[in-house]
Amino acid sequence: MRLWVNKVAIILSTATALLGLLFLGWILFTLVIKGVSSLSPYIFTHDLINNGIRNLLWGQFVLAGLASIIGIPVGILAGIYLQEYGNHTRYANFIRDLSDVMMSAPSIVVGTFIYAVIVVPVGHTNGWAGIAALFVMMLPIVVRTTDDMLSLVPIELREAGIAIGAPKYHVIFHIILKAAKVGIMTGLILAFARIMGETAPLLYTSGSSIYMSSGLSETYPSMTVSIYNLATMPSEELVGLAWAAALILTLVVLVLNLLGRFLIKDKRL
Amino acid sequence: MSNKMEIKNFSFTYKKAKAPSLHQVTLPIKANKVTAIIGPSGCGKSTLLRSMNRIHDLYPGNKYEGEILLYHEEKQPQNILDIKKENEFIELRQKVGMVFQKPTPFPMSIFDNIAYGLRLTGLKNRYKLHEQVEKALRDVALWDEVKDRLHDDARGLSGGQQQRLCIARVIALKPDVLLFDEPTSALDPLSTLAIEEMIFELKKNYTITIVTHNMQQASRVSEYTAFMYLGNLVEYDTTETIFIRPNKKQTEDYITGKFG
Amino acid sequence: MDKLFQILTRISASLVFIILVATAVVLYLTAKPAIEEFGLGFVFDSRWAVTEILEKPAESPAGSSAIPASDSASDTGVRTVDTATPADEALVIDDIDSDDEFDDDIDTGEESDSNTREIYGGAVPIVGTIFSTLIAMIFSIPIAMGVAVFLSEIANEFTASIIGTAIELLAAIPSIIYGMWALFYFGPFIASIFGGSSVSLLVAGLVLGIMVLPFMAALSRDAINTTPNVLKESAYAMGATKFEVIKDVIFPYAKTGIIGSVIISLGRAMGETMAVAFVIGGIFKFAQKPTDATISVPVVLANNFAESSGMSMHALFYLSLILFLVSIFTIYLAKYFFLRKQS
Repeated sequence: MRLWVNKVAIILSTATALLGLLFLGWILFTLVIKGVSSLSPYIFTHDLINNGIRNLLWGQFVLAGLASIIGIPVGILAGIYLQEYGNHTRYANFIRDLSDVMMSAPSIVVGTFIYAVIVVPVGHTNGWAGIAALFVMMLPIVVRTTDDMLSLVPIELREAGIAIGAPKYHVIFHIILKAAKVGIMTGLILAFARIMGETAPLLYTSGSSIYMSSGLSETYPSMTVSIYNLATMPSEELVGLAWAAALILTLVVLVLNLLGRFLIKDKRL
Repeated sequence: MSNKMEIKNFSFTYKKAKAPSLHQVTLPIKANKVTAIIGPSGCGKSTLLRSMNRIHDLYPGNKYEGEILLYHEEKQPQNILDIKKENEFIELRQKVGMVFQKPTPFPMSIFDNIAYGLRLTGLKNRYKLHEQVEKALRDVALWDEVKDRLHDDARGLSGGQQQRLCIARVIALKPDVLLFDEPTSALDPLSTLAIEEMIFELKKNYTITIVTHNMQQASRVSEYTAFMYLGNLVEYDTTETIFIRPNKKQTEDYITGKFG
Repeated sequence: MDKLFQILTRISASLVFIILVATAVVLYLTAKPAIEEFGLGFVFDSRWAVTEILEKPAESPAGSSAIPASDSASDTGVRTVDTATPADEALVIDDIDSDDEFDDDIDTGEESDSNTREIYGGAVPIVGTIFSTLIAMIFSIPIAMGVAVFLSEIANEFTASIIGTAIELLAAIPSIIYGMWALFYFGPFIASIFGGSSVSLLVAGLVLGIMVLPFMAALSRDAINTTPNVLKESAYAMGATKFEVIKDVIFPYAKTGIIGSVIISLGRAMGETMAVAFVIGGIFKFAQKPTDATISVPVVLANNFAESSGMSMHALFYLSLILFLVSIFTIYLAKYFFLRKQS
């Protein structure tokens, strides 16, 4: 009887894992089938106004890219503060906890916040608002990654650097960050992948434009927001375009994730 | 026999600790000699050593009392506990180098590990840099082993090689004093022997203080030995005296293995 | 130089604090007219954008904002106004800013026609959020536990790394993809089994469940993996079966970590927008049965923002503020009571 219960439990548990795989398979399968049938060189060379996704792809990369250009250095500096300067002070622990909270705040709420502080004063959706929303999404991830990765660097390395007469910031930049490089890079890639796939914070911050952008102070093209809009269109062709965009987006995100994973496996320390 | 450093009535209290970890320690460090500090775990020997280049200051809130004098050839002796400015700290740490218990290769090439400190002093000339790196590696008998892979990652070296690299990194800066904090406790017997032989060579040019829990090591490498217990300096004398006819009962008990 | 750098890092770190506080303050200030108008009764009022004819029109010119939304809310409504007063004075400049943007409609509207007013209540989306999250949890917890146990105790190392990676990739797929897949495939599939429409509370809950599943499974696996091997080995040595070891040794040991991972997943499901926006229906009506369409708080925000102004905008911000605070509370609960020791 006991052995029988044991067998059933193991089979059930294995079945759940297969179920998980089934969902992954199902989602990827429909994505590939529907997406590939709408893929063509045409959509990569035309903007949404002409039933292409060129401007969307460009827009999404620009928004996520600029958010990263601001978010990565700020986040790394903050992570350095937590681990190297404020470590174990109450303030550092407080900021560390807040980053965890901020990391899990609903993305739609971030969107409403940026809407109130940027879109309302400007009067219309614009690229900068989208960047700001993605920055808010990204910042805590970078902070905590840097913090965690720096904490893995042995304390002796810091002391050895100081003992050789290097100023602290020099030790941080040339020794500590180098030692934690792979881990931080992985974290940054995953953070970038995460904001590449975000829709909710962009819905009414960047909005999405059917044209190639005329500047970041105007409504900006966003792939995710456009997928949301296109998927419910009555036109078969536009829905197909949404599938194609969804496929591209998923590929980008998954490839970035695999890249990050590959990096960390290659790590030696 | 001249002193290179002199610790006078020195007390040290860790941040938030109620009682000091070191009480009124007075100890001379003779120039161009090896001074060993021995004692059971927690006796304060590492704390004392780490005060001698103020590495404790990485963690704010610790309290120093008394004096630690560093003698210079031309200048007046300097109480290193008075140091407050960043550049003076840097100067002190380049004069009083430190080697740690675990090897601490920086995440860079073998060459850059040694060149790093040299570049900090402002040396930029490639030729001179290379010359000094080579000299430092020869001094620690590592040159022949690594000369063909100077630009490989230093973390690929064996534990004993890494430790010698760390010593080379310190002596490349031509310090006056070398502090060793249990430098062989993470190493195998053969690597330990190599390091001990090296210390024997190094004392011709440097003043060395070594903290060790290994009494044989202390008797092998040092001329002077200080025995510490519970934050107090119990006895200081020539190594011969300490090991053969110590004056204090406590020292004798420790040396003969009755405790510790 | 070092000092300067240190200050720079400190400012960067403080930005986290500043942004969080700014979010709370901005949401509060923008929601304030709605908070004053509807009070805490907002949470229980199921009417959204319903025009109400006031019973005593004579009173309204004196101070329409103090009139509660309904009888049941009258106490809380007044109390909210009182407590809001000090903050009101301190932050009066910001307040004027945001009022200018949204209030034009409502101010003129109300003064010219003081017999009617628009009522906004958050009960429908709040209930929708609670139930869709509940369905998601009921669906995902057993499966996630199964997956976590499989990965850490049953599969060999190779299988575990392959399936583990697959599960983590599933977690990385953008939520809009889940939504789209559910709209076209999963929704109709569920409708063909349970009947009803392909957009419903049930479909939304299940999609949410599928979406948080890999996340929950990965976190639970990590918690399970903290069980020391000696503990497991000594149980096996007494003749326990694998199931008994899992039930009697691993789960009790990893309990707090697993509960923490469930709560974090719950927080994530609660705030998720895109996976449910396509499939919940988006109508302001309580679902009578699981296969009915309804709406959730994030979806209200996603769908109604563009065409809102005046009081409806304030009401949306009120909902956003509630979602923000509840999320923070949930995460706090998970982190500080259950996940503290693991990290």
